[in-house]
Amino acid sequence: MNLPGAVSPTDPDLVSTGHRAVAVSPGAEPDGSRRPRRKVLVTTVSSDAHTWNLVFLQKVIEELGCDVVNLGPCVPDDLLVSACLEHRPDLVVVSSVNGHGHQDGLRLIRRVSERSELSHLPFVIGGKLGMDGGEDEDRPAQLLRAGFRGVFEDNPASLSLFRSFLAQLPSGSEL
Amino acid sequence: MNTVAGLGEFVARARDRGELVVQPRMGFADPERMREGLLATRDVDATTIGTITLDSYTRVGDLRAAEDALAAGEGLNGYPIVTHSPQTTDQLLSGLLSEDFPVQVRHGSARPLDIFAALARSRLTATEGGPVSYCLPYGRVPLRESVQNWSRSCELFARLGDLGLRPHLETFGGCMLGQLCPPGELVALSVLEALFFRAHGLRSISLSYAQQTHPGQDAEALEALRSLAGELLGPIDWHVVLYAYMGVFPLTESGAGALMDDAAALAVRTGTERLIVKTVVESLRIPTIAENVRSLRAAAVAARRTPRPIGARRPDPAPPSPQTEVYYEARAIVDAVLDLDEDPGNALLKAFDRGILDIPYCLHPDNRGRTSSYIDDSGRLRWAETGDLPVRPCAAGQKNKTVTSSEFQEALTYVSRKYDAQAYDTQCSAVCDTEQHPLPPPGRRTDPRGT
Ligand code: B12
Repeated sequence: MNLPGAVSPTDPDLVSTGHRAVAVSPGAEPDGSRRPRRKVLVTTVSSDAHTWNLVFLQKVIEELGCDVVNLGPCVPDDLLVSACLEHRPDLVVVSSVNGHGHQDGLRLIRRVSERSELSHLPFVIGGKLGMDGGEDEDRPAQLLRAGFRGVFEDNPASLSLFRSFLAQLPSGSEL
Repeated sequence: MNTVAGLGEFVARARDRGELVVQPRMGFADPERMREGLLATRDVDATTIGTITLDSYTRVGDLRAAEDALAAGEGLNGYPIVTHSPQTTDQLLSGLLSEDFPVQVRHGSARPLDIFAALARSRLTATEGGPVSYCLPYGRVPLRESVQNWSRSCELFARLGDLGLRPHLETFGGCMLGQLCPPGELVALSVLEALFFRAHGLRSISLSYAQQTHPGQDAEALEALRSLAGELLGPIDWHVVLYAYMGVFPLTESGAGALMDDAAALAVRTGTERLIVKTVVESLRIPTIAENVRSLRAAAVAARRTPRPIGARRPDPAPPSPQTEVYYEARAIVDAVLDLDEDPGNALLKAFDRGILDIPYCLHPDNRGRTSSYIDDSGRLRWAETGDLPVRPCAAGQKNKTVTSSEFQEALTYVSRKYDAQAYDTQCSAVCDTEQHPLPPPGRRTDPRGT
């Protein structure tokens, strides 16, 4: 898969300084042509039991014309990997709010990178990822370096950034 | 053998003195900080109980991750009681546990055997949970397995009685996902879990209920809970515990403060014996010790200025059943569940299987997911769809309508917006009564106190 508009995660332009949400374009759709429905996997990290975030994100993503598979709470890394292989989504959205999202997210994305079949599948992560109320400046960069294509920490701008990210997501058939 | 009084006796003594017991939700990975937090809780000018809240890795049984996080010095969102050595926990508690300062462990695990073993080792005699309430909101462990685990854990815990200790267990069933579950089902679940605990040997129990969207409806729920407990539990030691709001919290400090003051007043007005507080940073992050202490103090102050109902010190053991909607709903659900099987654990399993119990918006595979709720114009939390629950939905028009993400967000933030708006209004009338100020957009932290 070649992601046309993707920027290298180490590109300094990525981290917008005003807010902590960081998005990498997954590839623009220049002609705005109609495309098949995209499939998005919504999940959380293995230790996180919160689900209101997952239900909410499912609705947001469906409203943007995607099909959603919602894996629910406390998803072990292995289950996520097998769900990716089974459902072949166009995007994986990881949401975590219990404060372990950063640690668990890093472990998870490393596990995913070991699977060559998944190397082209974009992962993004968002929510309350640390235990400091969202003030750590290094966290997004670290998550991007580890392989996430976008990091949306909890702040008023993150949802609209995520919506525009998703609007540009190409469907599997074009990848 | 001398019996060491436990949490139940402590609360009963406070009730006799006319004092509300207040308790934080506190948990730190570092034993020294945890000890400091307990000491600070003990020394607040209020009748307090200490709390040790466990981290998420311990809850899901991923002990390796807890160990790795400790070794790497990374934060944990609670105290890893199974991973720290028994000596570490004993040191943390040394000279602290007493009949005048009970400490309760709160977790959220459907596989709690190792946690209960750790409690027993450290002579910790108060905890919380339930086969349903520590399963459905906390992960993907099958309900059947949780019921088995909780049966064995309760029996193990009850055996602390043989050592002259008085184990106390609190239901978490009055909370269920924190928000948007109508009070009738919360009350029913709390009562059903209390019956489950009793069936497995516990003789000192508390029944929880979490503050929801409407103070009048909440008062009815607490009254219904007390009546049903009186009718069904028989002669064991029990009391009622209220949780300050467990859903999306106000973003402003004064909004959060007002919501917590209302919780304290609600507890006193209804003769509730114990209150578990939140803090002004709830919407943001895990609070510090100082933030917890401030909440405990504020709750005690709010409680002292609320008039108590007559007879609260010696509640009528058999009050007449209340004639309220919440009571009828809760009673109908409890009766329908208990009719399914003599054993409360089996009855709970059958009830979820048939949808007689069904929690709105719960993603757990053993939950049918055919119910939904809404907040009516008066602010009461009601049923939109009842699936196979033995109660009727309230609004004809709400049925089968797909809720959009923004409607969903609106329901989730109903309480926080209400209290943040009050905070904002107060500021406007005090500081700038001539100017029209729009409400802050949702999600932005605006603190009128800070301006
Ligand atoms: C309800 C709740 C619970 C319920 C959850 C029930 C359930 N099954 O969902 C219960 C009571 C069970 C619970 C348990 C715990 N909780 Co809790 N919980 C909350 C609470 C009060 C509300 C969360 C909520 O419903 N939000 C509504 C949803 C729609 O919004 P959201 O989750 O905030 O997500 C928004 C954004 O973050 C964003 N977003 C989220 N993910 C993503 C992803 C992407 C890609 C994008 C673009 C955006 C995005 O979109 C959402 C809408 O704006 C919050 C505090 C608060 N906010 O007031 C604490 C809170 C999240 N919980 C917390 C904690 C720590 C826990 C526990 C570990 C207990 C503890 N130690 O205190 C356990 C979890 C156990 C576990 N294994 O994980 C902490 C997290 C601290 C942190 N991150 O620093 C919080 C902040 C409370 C606090 N101040 O301590 N909790």
